[in-house]
Amino acid sequence: MFEPKIVAFFCNWCTYTAADLAGVSRMKYSPNVRIIRVMCSGRIDPELIVKAFEKGADGVIIGGCHPGDCHYQNGNHKTLRRYKLLKGLVEQFDIEWERLRLEWISASEGEKVQRVSNEFTEQIRVLGPIQMKGGRVVHG
Amino acid sequence: MSQKITIDPITRLEGHGKIEIFLNESGDVDRAFLQIPELRGFEKFCVGRPAEEMARITPRICGVCPTAHHMASTKALDDLYKVSPTPAAKAIRELFYNMFMFEDHLLHFFYLGGPDFVVGPEAPKAERNILGVIGKVGLEVASQLITMRKSVRDLMSEMAGKVIHPVFGLPGGVSKRVTEEQREKIKKVSHQALDFAEFTLKVFDNVVLKNPKYVELVTGDTYKLKTYYMGMVDKTDRVNFYDGDIKIIDPSGKEFGRFKGIGYLDWIGEHVEPWSFIKFPYLKKLGWRGFEDGDNTCLYRVAPMARLNAAIGMATPKAQEAYEWFYQILGEKPVHYTLAYHWARVIEVMQAAEEMVRLSNIPELTDQDIRNIPTETPKEGVGIVEAPRGTLIHHYKSDENGIITEANLIVATVSNSAAISLNIEKAAKNLIKNGNVNDGLLNMVEMAFRPYDPCFGCATHSLPGEMPLTIYLRDPSGNLIREIKRGS
Amino acid sequence: MAEKPTVAFYWCASCGGCEEAVVDVAHGILDIVNAVNIGFWPVALDFKKGDVEDVPDGFYAATFINGAIRNSEQEEMVKLLRKKSGLVFALGACAHLGGIPSLANLTSKEEILEYVYRRSPSTENAQNTYPAKVYRDAAIKLELPEFFDRVYPLNQIIDVDYYIPGCAPPSELVADVFMKILKGELPKKGAVLSPNKSLCSSCFLNDTKPEKLLIKELKRPHLTVIDPDKCFLLQGLVCMGPATRTGCNERCIHGGMPCRGCFGPLDGVLDQGLSMLSALGSILDFTPEQEKELDGVIGKIGDPAGTFYRFSLGASIFYRQDGKRGGE
Ligand code: SF4
Ligand code: SF4
Ligand code: SF4
Ligand code: FES
Repeated sequence: MFEPKIVAFFCNWCTYTAADLAGVSRMKYSPNVRIIRVMCSGRIDPELIVKAFEKGADGVIIGGCHPGDCHYQNGNHKTLRRYKLLKGLVEQFDIEWERLRLEWISASEGEKVQRVSNEFTEQIRVLGPIQMKGGRVVHG
Repeated sequence: MSQKITIDPITRLEGHGKIEIFLNESGDVDRAFLQIPELRGFEKFCVGRPAEEMARITPRICGVCPTAHHMASTKALDDLYKVSPTPAAKAIRELFYNMFMFEDHLLHFFYLGGPDFVVGPEAPKAERNILGVIGKVGLEVASQLITMRKSVRDLMSEMAGKVIHPVFGLPGGVSKRVTEEQREKIKKVSHQALDFAEFTLKVFDNVVLKNPKYVELVTGDTYKLKTYYMGMVDKTDRVNFYDGDIKIIDPSGKEFGRFKGIGYLDWIGEHVEPWSFIKFPYLKKLGWRGFEDGDNTCLYRVAPMARLNAAIGMATPKAQEAYEWFYQILGEKPVHYTLAYHWARVIEVMQAAEEMVRLSNIPELTDQDIRNIPTETPKEGVGIVEAPRGTLIHHYKSDENGIITEANLIVATVSNSAAISLNIEKAAKNLIKNGNVNDGLLNMVEMAFRPYDPCFGCATHSLPGEMPLTIYLRDPSGNLIREIKRGS
Repeated sequence: MAEKPTVAFYWCASCGGCEEAVVDVAHGILDIVNAVNIGFWPVALDFKKGDVEDVPDGFYAATFINGAIRNSEQEEMVKLLRKKSGLVFALGACAHLGGIPSLANLTSKEEILEYVYRRSPSTENAQNTYPAKVYRDAAIKLELPEFFDRVYPLNQIIDVDYYIPGCAPPSELVADVFMKILKGELPKKGAVLSPNKSLCSSCFLNDTKPEKLLIKELKRPHLTVIDPDKCFLLQGLVCMGPATRTGCNERCIHGGMPCRGCFGPLDGVLDQGLSMLSALGSILDFTPEQEKELDGVIGKIGDPAGTFYRFSLGASIFYRQDGKRGGE
């Protein structure tokens, strides 16, 4: 069976803590998800996301604080706007937009981390491995 | 004949122009092919782009005549949005366009045609370049030419942001106005342009027409091609570069057809050959009849001589004088002598200069009202201008948000592509007999396509004014007998 | 200088505009032209590939290559020139970043062929003829070149020493580079030869921006009355200024139109389009509660790829396979 590689950029103050909580509470969730901790979802440069795809991630999750809860006030507002902009772009490059997901998950929502991770893994499993047009050099 | 192919979707200009000549059993020319391995994928990759960006994207088809594409595109956008430019915008566009025709034609005449004409076809090869022209007309003129071109091009940058790939065209207008201060500069430069155009016509008269050998060559059979002609005319049937009807005349000079905008689809068909990326346009009503000239041909030609042939005259007085002289000397109308394209070009230089002077004086030029904002829902639009190298057509369709869904482009040089091939074949047939290849072949063949100022020789814009070219001669079984390269 | 250095020019998938820019220089400053030998310039001088093969490695002091890479002939030629050259300069946006021709990477070769030779409204082709790689008719055999699936910037094919940005590069910039070469004042290898600052930083409209730029709407230039004296981004027009390197003298802005980014990204930016996207994400003034309005405004961009990557699609990390970038 195809095992998707999934990169999750989680905000330190909320979603990452929630993931920790899920771990401590022994909630099992998809091992396909590799978490990268960032200080705020607003710090996730779109370049990082596309780089993750370029390096072989089949899906990317962005996890940030709920609106109004961002530690830096409105870092997550930027996140949402960039995410929306990126979605339109990703499709033009023939990458399914479902491979990119944004979730607001607070520090106490361990089960949401579990649910989102599992759901997303299944969704990507159905989509299959990512095909980046530029992934190979085709001559002739 | 359909085969699996892998080709370039975008390249405009590739390596060398390549001519293949095949001889028959007796050593005479069987067929000659001019192959230009270029294909514009623009038609396809423009799909999905916002319509208004077309005027900034399509100029990259050609950095030699970006203004022609910019203007055809802007006019196609007017039509797409069913909006007319304001009087000021129209004046600015038209002035800008004539400036472009002026500098582009002039450069080609001196750098390209010049070597053949001014120095003379008989001159040693080493002199048949811009340096030879300078030798003949004097260094001072050469530096005048450079200064002239520079001042026109600098003004163009000022008016449209950039001269290589202008940016100011928008449906319903332009993005930048002309100030009174600029008008004064434009007036000054336009008068200099007029003087230079007069001088150029004189050079042509004195140096070229006084050389009987050359006149003989022009009016000889080697370069004669009988075809239909197509060109833009104004309301009084005189030459116009920016706007008007497209008129077609038959080889005897009778009007054959006339169209505007989308009407081009009734008149122009494009034929595909498996050995070239260039398509071969022809008159649709006649059907494709192959690479044949004469009364039965389906081919039409565009660019300076075609425009003069199609019109009843020039739009400005001095150019009109030159026009009359042209037909008087050549003694026929339409003129079918391909080499006369060079002369027609110089006459157009005059019209462009006179138009610059006229337009630099009209009051609306400096009006502040330069935009009509479109209000209609876009659907389909066609824009046509006369590029230096002939009729240029941009045709777009879009969705209701103005995102391009289809784009068709008929580029000037492409319209002449069949005629260019024919001219080359004819010249080769005249110059190769019984397997004997005249060493002047290369030059003569070059002279056969130079009149068209073909755009695949963007190359020719460079200093020595020579297009790199290779001719391959093959025996009846296709073996290479000889390879002739320019300069080798 | 006792021995004149020899320079070479070559063009790949190009529109000829870069050549024009060079010719404009040649007219203006003859002393520079006099200071070098032009060894190889297919556009202007006759040459044979053999001539290039015959010179010793590193023979050309500097080689200027414009246009993107599209077919095997170009690949071969630039690889050969790399070997024979001391320094290789990528001239213009096409060589630097893929340029406008690389917008073709958004579509396929097959689609292009189908449209051009079959479906275009003026094409009459009942026989279904396509240009063939090899065409035979009795003894006649004609060949056309073979092409790649994609358009590549130069540095994805060979090692590039310097980049001269712009579409076309301003001739003053080209002249300036010639001067720097002659005087031996070139910066560190890999540099883009234009200041590493954003276009906004030098733009004459930058002062019209408030300290914190926030915008509520996006407009399209043809549907908007544009105020030529006010920052275009502030007016809601997408202007690539924040994500574009300076050095063009704000040519388009002077023409009354927003920048489309032909000078490419700043140092350290991997992907110009994403850098613009990020900048725009920062200034769109919407909170998560206004998601609907946000969607509406973003929808107005219509063509994000063609807008953010107008000149750099070929160099986007969406396509890159080797991690290289212009200016690295
Ligand atoms: S960079 Fe611009 S001017 Fe230069 S070849 Fe490419 S499209 Fe033409
Ligand atoms: S966004 Fe555009 S108009 Fe505004 S300052 Fe930057 S470059 Fe100038
Ligand atoms: S304003 Fe932008 S698009 Fe225009 S020339 Fe300068 S960098 Fe290029
Ligand atoms: S701190 Fe969590 S999204 Fe900003």
